[in-house]
Amino acid sequence: MPFEIPRITYTGTIKKVTLGKGPKAVTIGGETSYPLYLFEGEMPHPPRIAMEVYDAPPEDWPETVLEPFRDVVHDPVAWAKKCIEPFGAELIALQLVSTDPNGLNRTAEEAAETAKKVAASIDVPLIIWGSGNADKDGDVLRKVAEVCDGMNLIIGPIVEGNYKQVGAGAIGYGHTVIASSPIDINLAKQLNILLGNLGIPDSRIIVDPTTGGLGYGIEYTYSVMERDRMAALTQQDERLQFPIICNMAKEVWKTKEAKASDEEAPDLGNPQKRGVLMEAVTAVILLLAGADILVMRHPEAIQLVREMISDFMAK
Amino acid sequence: MILIGENLNVIVKKIGTAMREKDPGPIQEMAIAETRAGMDYLDINLGPARKGGGELMEWIVKTVQEVVDTPLSLDTINAEAIEGGLRVYKNKQGKAVINSIMARSESMEAKFPLAQEYDAGVVALLWGPSGLPRDANERGVLAAELMQKAMEFGIPNEDIWIDPIITPITSPQSQVQVPGCIEFMKMFKDLQEIAPGIRSTCGLSNVSNGAPNHLRPILNQTYLIMIERYGMSSAIIDAFDEEIKIFARGKRENLTKLIYRVMDKDQIDLKSLSKEEADYVKTTKILMGQILYSDSWLEM
Repeated sequence: MPFEIPRITYTGTIKKVTLGKGPKAVTIGGETSYPLYLFEGEMPHPPRIAMEVYDAPPEDWPETVLEPFRDVVHDPVAWAKKCIEPFGAELIALQLVSTDPNGLNRTAEEAAETAKKVAASIDVPLIIWGSGNADKDGDVLRKVAEVCDGMNLIIGPIVEGNYKQVGAGAIGYGHTVIASSPIDINLAKQLNILLGNLGIPDSRIIVDPTTGGLGYGIEYTYSVMERDRMAALTQQDERLQFPIICNMAKEVWKTKEAKASDEEAPDLGNPQKRGVLMEAVTAVILLLAGADILVMRHPEAIQLVREMISDFMAK
Repeated sequence: MILIGENLNVIVKKIGTAMREKDPGPIQEMAIAETRAGMDYLDINLGPARKGGGELMEWIVKTVQEVVDTPLSLDTINAEAIEGGLRVYKNKQGKAVINSIMARSESMEAKFPLAQEYDAGVVALLWGPSGLPRDANERGVLAAELMQKAMEFGIPNEDIWIDPIITPITSPQSQVQVPGCIEFMKMFKDLQEIAPGIRSTCGLSNVSNGAPNHLRPILNQTYLIMIERYGMSSAIIDAFDEEIKIFARGKRENLTKLIYRVMDKDQIDLKSLSKEEADYVKTTKILMGQILYSDSWLEM
């Protein structure tokens, strides 16, 4: 009797979402099988990497990852351009950390101006990521949506506490939203339902499951993403069939293992390579779990992961 | 189904105060009201009752038995408090039940001898040395261990009440256990063949813990039907929840049949159903793990 390779029966498809506009627009989603299971289904759009830009000079980055950006950290526009050329970014993720009420507490208006300037000076899709403070993000992201009317941004994180305010802005001004939930599959589904009820079309929703870094809870993220893709692809769970974004770089680079110098941690290996590898390995794990967009930082880590994606996607 | 009233509980404000102040009035009134509401047993939950638990349980058992003959379930982790209650308990319409004995040596060694000495029933809680079992098989192992131990102490089958531990459908860590518990109940049917007469019980409303309040009843009612199908013989409930009692008495036959069909994976066209029927179908699918829970599951 010939051996038959067991196959999973898929009943669902991940929705396609197009980010940005013009010739550099990026489409993600459309998977008909588990992540990278090209022997069982299709992945018409490969996973993409968005490069990080901060709206204020970073204060706690280790030397290794500050070095490539030292000349542009004071200017988000120049920073974004440098990510695109020479580093080849296909998307930019602008982290609005300066709006954090426990930090610089910059206003929504200032943040929106920065977002607009960056958006106007690049032609790749722009992700705008708030500080993570739900109340402040409600104001900031709402303002960004308005000021950047028609620029097709991707804005988030949208949470249950601010989804109406930000969601309404996204509908009105034509942006895509990032639905964010705290490593919880049920809350993820619930938020997607609420966003749908609010009137955001499915073609404008992507999901942030909340990401941990390597060694810092990434297994929880992995499990939630895995469960999410199972429900979406094999249980016809229509409210989970959205592409996934992982805002991972900040989780990797805040760990002591990524930051520690040779003197501080002589046993952990070369600090030049250590953080890069931690970022790359985190990225690969998240790709295997089902990420469609990775928000990354170090150009060398990004290069490694790009090669990996191209290997994964090879027929 | 045997119904156990949950209302004599230290966390019910009026009852907790009466317990602390040794004020018999509210406790006796509640016992009478629960009995009139049709409860077959009354659970007396003291909480941990670390200090003076023995004396307190003794006083409550006497106080309650002055006014009702309904059998009692003595619910505390404190073995001394259990013994205080058993010492004065009078078997009028049934044995007292120790709620509960866990599948951990210290719990079994402290409480099985009490069941033997005072001729009491036991709730055998499927909570093992490493906590909550992860699936139906682990539940089976713990059940076998507890039954074995009960046999060593000469506890008859009909005095053993297996509690598989119901977990909330609302949180990712516990929701996989909801269908797991149903799987275990299928095994329980086999256990009944090995140990004829063995009973089972559960804290039903835990399944809906964390769900919006107005949606908890349909989860509780549906799950009750689902586990009763495989031999769940009792449930601890709010004595004054009239709706759940209607389900427990098997009076919603049409819904029961419909729920069974979903459990058997029949294809059901939601459009052919009334709103109420469709809601029970959706809820059954959630509890079977066929659809992932979200607070808006009835609107999908």
